[in-house]
Amino acid sequence: MSQPATLPWLAGHELRLGWRDWAALMTAGRRRRARNVAIAILIAAAVMHLFAWWIVKGYADANVAYDAATLVGVTGTLLLSWSLLLSQAMESVTRAFYARSDLDLILTSPVSARKVFAVRMGRIAAASVAVALLLAAPFIDVLALRGGLRWLAAYGVVAAMGAVATAAALALTIALFRLVGAKRTRLIAQIVAAVIGAAFVIGLQIAAIFSFGTLSRFAALQSQWMLARAPDPASVFWWPARAVLGDLGALAGVVAVGFALLGVAIALFSRRFGEHTLAAAGVGSAVVRQRRAALAFRPRSQARVLRHKEWTLLQRDPWLMSQTLMQILYLLPPALLLWVTFRDGTDAYVVLIPVMVMAAGQLAGGLAWLTISGEDAPDLVASAPITGIGVLRAKIEAVIGAIALVFAPMVLALGLNSPFAALVCGLGVLASAAAATWVQLCFRVQAKRSQFRRRQTSSRMATFAEAFSSIAWAATAALAAAETWSALGPAAIGAGILVGVWMIGPRQP
Amino acid sequence: MHSSASFLDHRPVALALRGLCKRFERPAVEALDLTVYGGEFYALVGPNGAGKTTTLRMVVGLLRPDAGSICIDGIDALYDPVAAKQVTAWLSDEPMIYDKLSPYEYLEFVAGLWRIEPRTAELRTAELIEWLGLSPHAHERCEGFSKGMRQKVALAGALVHDPKLIILDEPLTGLDAASARQVKNVLRERVAAGGTVIMTTHILEVAERMADRIGVIARGRLIAEGTLDQLRHQTGQTAITLEDAFLTLVAGQVEAA
Repeated sequence: MSQPATLPWLAGHELRLGWRDWAALMTAGRRRRARNVAIAILIAAAVMHLFAWWIVKGYADANVAYDAATLVGVTGTLLLSWSLLLSQAMESVTRAFYARSDLDLILTSPVSARKVFAVRMGRIAAASVAVALLLAAPFIDVLALRGGLRWLAAYGVVAAMGAVATAAALALTIALFRLVGAKRTRLIAQIVAAVIGAAFVIGLQIAAIFSFGTLSRFAALQSQWMLARAPDPASVFWWPARAVLGDLGALAGVVAVGFALLGVAIALFSRRFGEHTLAAAGVGSAVVRQRRAALAFRPRSQARVLRHKEWTLLQRDPWLMSQTLMQILYLLPPALLLWVTFRDGTDAYVVLIPVMVMAAGQLAGGLAWLTISGEDAPDLVASAPITGIGVLRAKIEAVIGAIALVFAPMVLALGLNSPFAALVCGLGVLASAAAATWVQLCFRVQAKRSQFRRRQTSSRMATFAEAFSSIAWAATAALAAAETWSALGPAAIGAGILVGVWMIGPRQP
Repeated sequence: MHSSASFLDHRPVALALRGLCKRFERPAVEALDLTVYGGEFYALVGPNGAGKTTTLRMVVGLLRPDAGSICIDGIDALYDPVAAKQVTAWLSDEPMIYDKLSPYEYLEFVAGLWRIEPRTAELRTAELIEWLGLSPHAHERCEGFSKGMRQKVALAGALVHDPKLIILDEPLTGLDAASARQVKNVLRERVAAGGTVIMTTHILEVAERMADRIGVIARGRLIAEGTLDQLRHQTGQTAITLEDAFLTLVAGQVEAA
């Protein structure tokens, strides 16, 4: 056992906290669920491997001569994954800055705060690397199984990518602290993380739309224009791609550089981490003044009062704003595709409509949780002279109203070109949003809005039902747009999910 | 139990509980009968887990009783909860307000929920904000407020719709001396103006000084009720404090159980 207050001892403490946090996240704090969670993980791993088999089986025998097309393709995939890792790491770093938890204990103890924060940064990096390895594992395993053990080198590249993503996230977040201060960093960091997560995918899609009229991310990467401008295959730029393909020299270089960058970042930023955490801790007491209402109290019905309150709180929720922004960013390529389609008179609705329907379901799920379950003054609302049904109705109207505000402009734009497609899209968006709201109604719990991040732990069933319902309604809308009766199939599945949720959900609407 | 309310019997009944029962894993409230009169300050005291909060949560409609009746200002609260809630306000020890709203916005929301005419609500809001010393912070978001300020905002919310019956669960918990005095003054003035206040508290001096009558609840039952003198009389000792009387009464109940 290591000596107290040493780096290994602190690392052990952080690991234990991290493990318990993860276990609580998986089991929602109920030990009896551990066996079910283990079975669910095994099933999920099997499904992921099957999915990976379907996706990458054709690439296992990729040319190891390191030609431009292969290197560009692999590098593009790595960059795509890395942007998502960076986005996740930024969220973790931001969360670590603003979590009070044991801050008072750390800063009043005789242990060097710098040492503690260095270990904490290491924990963030370890978590990022672990998540990256877990997500990549099915693909790497399938590639190794079909194409040989050389593909296992990809594990090293993924670990290095996680390390570099954490280093970059630390640098970016600390730069934000210095640029905009502790008060604004949380919101801006969340937005930046969302933009980074979406930017690369969206950039490729936009390039593909303008060049090839498709949403495929790889169309632009494999174009002659791109291949002609790619660096020489011997360039250091291709090291990560070469390492993935089994070049052990490149692998050693990538791993060394990746972890060296992380080490430098931790050494450089551990002191500032403490300073900024302290600054962030003071944000809670910062004063935010609202503009004085120009008008007097307005006469409103109870339902309108409730809807207005929900919309005001949603507007002032930084996490929700960043998530909504990300949803809107993801809608940018479909919107562009819509514009290109409109300009060229082509027909790409079958691609566009399911994207919008799916996004509506996902956004509505989050909004519905915040308005229905995330009520910060439940006693006030429950003791007000309004029926429970009246409160629920007003909250549902608030969710559907917010969804309408986001999606109506696109549906209307679609209607200019094809009223039928707009009708299908509008109905799909409505069905998807209503279904997600229904799921949240059946699984509603009493919670604080600040617990939003943990909402999925309260019910895995609700999370899966919400996701599968969105997929079912997206498929229904896509098939309906293609004017085929087979749309009834996924619609029946979507309706079945709602009936199932109604039967097994703890709360009957 | 000695009846202590006969001298108040001519006054209108603000709250009448009859045979109220609530059971969770074990009985929390058992066949509770309680009458509180209009313009009265009633303190409900009892040990932890005695059933005080459960009783009050049933009165304000946050819990459904298993049996019994609740009558607020002549309204059957179980038959017509909306009408009963219209004349009632609830304030718990943990002020539940919205961090992202300012006190002004919060009070506008509460007034809207209670359907108060906007002009009247605005005047009351201005008055309450001034009265509770919240004026400098009226347009700041509540997220940075101290516990005392949050409790004042919640209290303003409870008063903005001018309720006939105010029910408070440990409203002084965690407040500094100045804030506690301000809350007590506000409650006294409400009673002086004809309102009815029912309050649970663990601070027996507060009950002793402020309440017209005190109810002692233990194991879900009302074991004693009356003025301080009447409670002393029930213990058979006339020169003791409420704390002594309370401990004697509760100890007697435990022995009897």
